Amino acid sequence: MQKDLIVSIKDLAFGYAERQIHKKINMNFHRGKVVAIMGGSGCGKTTILRLIGGQIKPTSGHVEVDGQIVHEQGRKGIYELRRKMGMLFQHGALFSDLSVFENVAFPIREHTNLSEEIIKDLVLMKLNAVGLRGANQLMPTELSGGMARRVALARAVALDPDIIMYDEPFAGLDPISMGVICDLIRTLNDALGATSIIVTHDVTETFAFADYIYFIADGIVAAEGSPSDLKKSQLPFVKQFVHSQKDGPVPFHYQANDYSQDLRL
Amino acid sequence: MLNFFEKIGGAIRSKITRLGAATRLFFSIISYSSDSFKRFNLTIREIYFTGVLSLVIIVVSAFFVGMVLGLQGYYTLQKYGSSEAIGVLVALALVRELGPVVTALLFAGRAGTAITAEIGLMKATEQLSAMEMMAVSPIARIVAPRFWAGIITMPLLASIFSMVGILGGYVVAVPMIGVDEGAFWSQMQANVDFNYDIVNGFIKSVVFGIACTIIALFEGYDAPPTAEGVSRATTRTVVTSSLAVLGLDFVLTSFMLTV
Repeated sequence: MQKDLIVSIKDLAFGYAERQIHKKINMNFHRGKVVAIMGGSGCGKTTILRLIGGQIKPTSGHVEVDGQIVHEQGRKGIYELRRKMGMLFQHGALFSDLSVFENVAFPIREHTNLSEEIIKDLVLMKLNAVGLRGANQLMPTELSGGMARRVALARAVALDPDIIMYDEPFAGLDPISMGVICDLIRTLNDALGATSIIVTHDVTETFAFADYIYFIADGIVAAEGSPSDLKKSQLPFVKQFVHSQKDGPVPFHYQANDYSQDLRL
Repeated sequence: MLNFFEKIGGAIRSKITRLGAATRLFFSIISYSSDSFKRFNLTIREIYFTGVLSLVIIVVSAFFVGMVLGLQGYYTLQKYGSSEAIGVLVALALVRELGPVVTALLFAGRAGTAITAEIGLMKATEQLSAMEMMAVSPIARIVAPRFWAGIITMPLLASIFSMVGILGGYVVAVPMIGVDEGAFWSQMQANVDFNYDIVNGFIKSVVFGIACTIIALFEGYDAPPTAEGVSRATTRTVVTSSLAVLGLDFVLTSFMLTV
């Protein structure tokens, strides 16, 4: 394994009993980079994050994190690996019974024996990094969607992880919050020297700041490259996606019977 | 016709699968319990939520149940000229049966549903997944403390129920009807056996505590992560817990009376 390679996915296949999601996926994530995984809804982007985190097991192939094969680890091994990861869930997934401060303090309290004073300083520093130090006593229900996601981001980086995973970080945000999150992903990644893996379908934002992009379609990596390479790509799928065309290789209509037959014409 | 049998078979199989899954949850709770005992404050917090906050409904119901027992008991006993035995009747009915059973039914409705809804919603909003990704086991952090809190709380609530119920019976029998106070208490003292009545009632409430809590936890943990899924799981908690309590009560009683 190359030294700067932190996560690598080799010939990965995954599916549920009746539906094959990934056929053969190969991806590499290098230290210090912001890498995006893009593709249409339901193509299994989020599933890749769950496979990296070891929440589900691949049907064949494997995911390697920091030199260790994820699905071969026992409970202890997986928990060790997860301590190197931080994950931002689509809707933040903040603990609704804990305040903003306690949410960010949660992983620190669970995994360290630091004194209350140091925990307080650490939490306030993390919250300051996402601009929400002043909101530390609020409850999650008092936050807007964008703020909740920033708090969740502070919680995800609370233990300075090597890998930060983002599940649809821009979904449902207003343009200002979106800009803030974009900026935070890049800044935090560079400040922590971490690797960011972003699952998204927002083309404009992602192309503006990602270092490398993978496109998934039909269970395989359909295209990959830097944003500038992909913008020039002539592959029909990438063109359809990047220029948001309604019809193309990805059909507008879900598989259906003949229209005239359904209408009994 | 075949279709009908297929449906019955399918339903039985799915029930057995769920029973198996609940048993697995039970064993994983036990295996994670040492972790959650190290942080007993989590369990104490849950004892507050499931126990202390259930006190109002328990105390009020117990008082009324005791008063009704007093009235009904007196009405029947006086026909045989033994109205002084009212104390024994109220105490035995409460300690042996009504205390553990009614407490468990109220617990399922008050605390069990809360546990199911809370865990189901935590699952639906990805809070349990988030916890797992932070390398914190949701079973150790969320499920096990609620389980032990339920087991500790149930016998305490049942004994409070019996005590308040007896007080309710006393209020009706002595000041209101005029049964002799000395006879009321002394008959009760003479005829309620510690091992045979009180300990057996205690065992029942511990068993009901395990049953109600594991059902509530399993339903929440297993709920489909949608609004409909959580609402159905909450309903199932009440129905399954109530049936389990009544069924177990019969089994336990028959064992206890034969020994």
